[in-house]
Amino acid sequence: MSTAPVEFPPPVDSAKEFVGPPTDPVDERIEVGVVIVGGGPAGLSCAIRLSQLLEQDPGLAQSLGEVPIALVEKGRGPGSHLLSGGLMRPSAMHKLLPDLAEADWPTYGTVEKDRVYFMTKRRAVPLAPTPRPFRNEGNHMVAVSQLARFLSEKAEEVGVYILGETAATKLLVEDGQTMGVRTGDKGRDKEGGKLRNFEPGSDLVGKATVLAEGTQGHLAGAAIRHFGLGSEDPMQWELGVKEVWEVTRPLDRIIHTLGWPLRFGARYREFGGSWLYPMGEDKVSMGFVTGLDYRDATFSVHDTLQLFKTHPMIEGILDGGRRVAWGAKTIPSGGYWAMPERLWAPGLCIAGDSAGMVNVPQLKGIHYAMHAGMFAAEAIYEALKEDDTRDLSGYAERVLGSEIESDIRRSRNMRQPFSKGFLVGGAVANAMEITGGRFPGGRWKTHDDAAVDVFVGDRDKVYPKPDGKKTFDKLSSVFTTGNATRDDAPNHIRIQERVPYELALMWQNMCPAQVYEVPDEELEKQLEEDGDTKRLVDMKVTPSNCVLCGAITAKGGRLTPPEGGDGPNYQVT
Amino acid sequence: MKICVLVKEVPDAAVEKRIDASTKRLDRSGEKNLNPFDTHAIEAAMQIAEGGGADVEEIVAVTMGPQSAFRALHKAVSLGADRSIHLTDDALAGSDCCATGYALAKVLETEAPDLILLGQQSDDGECYTMGAIVADHLRMPSLTQVIKLEVADDRLRCERQAEYGYDTVEIELPAVISVGDAINEPRYPSLKAIMGAKKKQLDTKAIGDVGIEAGKVGVDGSRTAVLAINPPPAKAAGEIIEDENTSETVEKIVSWLEERKLLA
Amino acid sequence: MSGILTYALHYQGEFNKNSLGAVSEGARLAKEIGGESAAVVVADGSDLTDELCASLGRYGATKVYRAKAPEGLAQPVVDVMAKVIADEGFSYALFGGGLLGFEIGAGLTARLGAGVTMEVTAVKARNGKLVAERPILQDSAIVDVDYVSEPGIIIGRLNAFDAVESGETAEVVDVDVELEAHSTRATMVRRGEQRGADVNIEDADLLVAGGRGLGNAEGFELCEELAEALGGVVAATRAVVDAGWYPYAAQIGQTGKTVAPKLYFAAGISGAIQHKVGMQSSENIVAINKDPNAPIFEFSDLGIVGDLNKILPKLIEAVKAKKG
Repeated sequence: MSTAPVEFPPPVDSAKEFVGPPTDPVDERIEVGVVIVGGGPAGLSCAIRLSQLLEQDPGLAQSLGEVPIALVEKGRGPGSHLLSGGLMRPSAMHKLLPDLAEADWPTYGTVEKDRVYFMTKRRAVPLAPTPRPFRNEGNHMVAVSQLARFLSEKAEEVGVYILGETAATKLLVEDGQTMGVRTGDKGRDKEGGKLRNFEPGSDLVGKATVLAEGTQGHLAGAAIRHFGLGSEDPMQWELGVKEVWEVTRPLDRIIHTLGWPLRFGARYREFGGSWLYPMGEDKVSMGFVTGLDYRDATFSVHDTLQLFKTHPMIEGILDGGRRVAWGAKTIPSGGYWAMPERLWAPGLCIAGDSAGMVNVPQLKGIHYAMHAGMFAAEAIYEALKEDDTRDLSGYAERVLGSEIESDIRRSRNMRQPFSKGFLVGGAVANAMEITGGRFPGGRWKTHDDAAVDVFVGDRDKVYPKPDGKKTFDKLSSVFTTGNATRDDAPNHIRIQERVPYELALMWQNMCPAQVYEVPDEELEKQLEEDGDTKRLVDMKVTPSNCVLCGAITAKGGRLTPPEGGDGPNYQVT
Repeated sequence: MKICVLVKEVPDAAVEKRIDASTKRLDRSGEKNLNPFDTHAIEAAMQIAEGGGADVEEIVAVTMGPQSAFRALHKAVSLGADRSIHLTDDALAGSDCCATGYALAKVLETEAPDLILLGQQSDDGECYTMGAIVADHLRMPSLTQVIKLEVADDRLRCERQAEYGYDTVEIELPAVISVGDAINEPRYPSLKAIMGAKKKQLDTKAIGDVGIEAGKVGVDGSRTAVLAINPPPAKAAGEIIEDENTSETVEKIVSWLEERKLLA
Repeated sequence: MSGILTYALHYQGEFNKNSLGAVSEGARLAKEIGGESAAVVVADGSDLTDELCASLGRYGATKVYRAKAPEGLAQPVVDVMAKVIADEGFSYALFGGGLLGFEIGAGLTARLGAGVTMEVTAVKARNGKLVAERPILQDSAIVDVDYVSEPGIIIGRLNAFDAVESGETAEVVDVDVELEAHSTRATMVRRGEQRGADVNIEDADLLVAGGRGLGNAEGFELCEELAEALGGVVAATRAVVDAGWYPYAAQIGQTGKTVAPKLYFAAGISGAIQHKVGMQSSENIVAINKDPNAPIFEFSDLGIVGDLNKILPKLIEAVKAKKG
């Protein structure tokens, strides 16, 4: 019997549940010009660009009514749910805010030196020369949550309505045209009943809607299914767990690592590595990323990061410092073949990570998201001028004619070979890089992370016991994210709770926030009796710990937006 | 009846905070929020307006704070206030409890409300019972920690929990009432209300507009000064007992408790 | 100006414990910086006898100013203290922890245009002046606060000052105070009503808290027995409240209540940070847990590694016996 998560699908039919016509009476709907879902780089760039265009066209702006552009963000505010490495290519900022000098950007500037190391347990072997995908000259070190706060202020300055603590839970579609979104209810209890201060959501309608929800976009996923926009190749994801440290000595280089503690064999399918980027003189951003197609149920990205910190080189960097932030998020890594085949539908555009616009080998996505947001703004502007937003193909044209298309296409077959293990993967990736993407050609299939079978290994034996100073447990890490979700909030995670032991164990270890737990009795039973790992167990789920990384959606469950404002409140990730 | 609700913008409680070592003040550059206790005050005002026990003409949200505090006012308005007043002035920066209470009283004077509501404390814990300070300046009766509030004619009937149990107190209007978080469950703002908040009247006032004397506010007007910020005293390492003989262990616990007069 | 004037709250013929602590502290500080250490008491009836007032001398007050005014309300006391301070020239007004202390101290701040420090955990003398210490940022730092002018107002945190018997008797002086108009517009209708149903863990001096280590909901019976024996109240961690073992009103921790009792007895609690922030300022922390690596042992004053099902029943018996 297969214990792959895909055999235990969550109780949800996203296209049916999350797409439908408006339900509020017409005079109670909130009418705006354009609705943007998501306060990240894509959504905010779209909002700002559209504002700039409308400024040149007061007649059109007027016709959009009191609120030309409304941006909804499910976190406390833009930035609360954002996390990235990250290194940003400057092209998008230059295009969006040409009058702003680079020195005034909300970034930590550029870093001259970059290195890639191949790690073993005790050594760090530099790969010289630095492989091309890892070279970052001219790229800006940035904390994406800070970038979003900055862009959000700029957006508000030009009249965009930024609506924080507002989740978009349903896509409003009538006669094939997307009309807007329905916002989430507030004040429901654990069972979904109404509390005394229950406030229903509203139908927010506009002439065009942009879905920029980031990785695992809730409505983007539903829209792709509903309109049949998807590729035949499924999307894949990596899970990144990040920490920000105050350090005593400035880090003078950008570092990427491969190898330890990940294992090579094809049986493990552990693809990924780490990053360490300087944030000015006194802080370092670091994290570990691993593809969610790994097979060992005892593997945990969070604990791999903790283990990684015990490497002599890393200890040296962090020595005397202290952790000031932690977080986790998934990155879409299916690349070119897994991106939706169509990026638009009548009245609708999908931009950024929601559309898989990430260049995996280069770990770049922020500037693509921003460019895509701007393209959506431009296409929508043109459509508004024609007073007809059914045809937004202008958006897709712009994306296809841009570096988004060419860059991601170039690396289209780079991630897939790694499912065959590191060495084969490495060789193939190298070949692709050297030949500019031409060899080997063809179409390497991506696969569904949730279709991967697991086995129970013993990684837990090597993970360090958290000491609270250098290494940390999951719960206290969740605490530092500012997650103050109320205890009686409804469960926003759709998942089958009665599953085989090894699958439950996989979810328990996968989740960086300790949302899923195998009951103690079952764990003890396993230790004592070495039971059948395929027996069914009842998992314990604590949804209020959730930091909305999205890993569960990649691995057989489904994350839906919690009540607006819930979840982490990232500051410097 | 006119109700003024005093609100404050405070750093988000769940987010780790730092002290700015140079100014020895709370680093307020991070995430900010409407003081959760004040949402209870706004809700209390709304319940009075909707309850029928009094005829409420308007609810005015008032804050004293830096430029960014307008967000707290928007939130207050989205929760039901009709308009808001933002007292902001560089001269106010660094005001301690005494100076702040004086400044707030001056701005409230210009509004001449019948009832002033506020949360009993702010999340940043700087000054509890600001209501009592404001009330004295305005020569109004005041009560804090109020968890039940009824209005009838020109009087309030309040319940609050004090040292010896629950007190029921009757107060004549105009009055200043500080509410505890147990008083009600604040409503969530509707999307319409959130979006409409920007449009409601927001008056910005400087100290000169309300007759505040510069010498009584700000750093110079404050009567306290922070001298130093220290880490908390290192706690003496605790004692650990491994239970081998339970009777002995229990004896040790009891004598430990006795030593500290905890078995009185 | 010199000397320290401390407010002493009384009820049904007894002085409040926190007030006695404050009077003791006032006496200690007055010795260090010079000046008189006096107390002020307010009553509307006749239960504030000369004898009762003079007993404050045991805690170090040399003089007790007694005024007739409504009890249980702050504003009349502000009028009384403002007059006494103006007439006698006290440098500091001191309050023990508790609601009235905050209300009176705050009102006095406005009346006198004075500096005030609230939630004070310690006071020290420096160059003939007082410096107040108070915690900030969830007790992760302590600030030293100086008074720029006199008088200065010091409001202690609950249980910050210990009652210490030192002196003998105090001189009782009656003062006549005309109350301000606004101080007469609040009327006490009913004072000190006990409501058993509501569990208020925030004001309890003694808490017995239970966590997952109890094993099941029945484990709370042991906690309740121990709480009863000690004269305290039961609290719970989020995990067990979530599991339905105990009501939310008793929850301590990140999204529950914050407490600072004299004794916090933790049974079967691991001490994860979400819980720690709710109780770390407890004066005495005792923890029982079978896991020697439980984080709570890092900040408990007395930690017992063992089986609470074996220890608690015996402990309950022993406490009952001790208290007789």
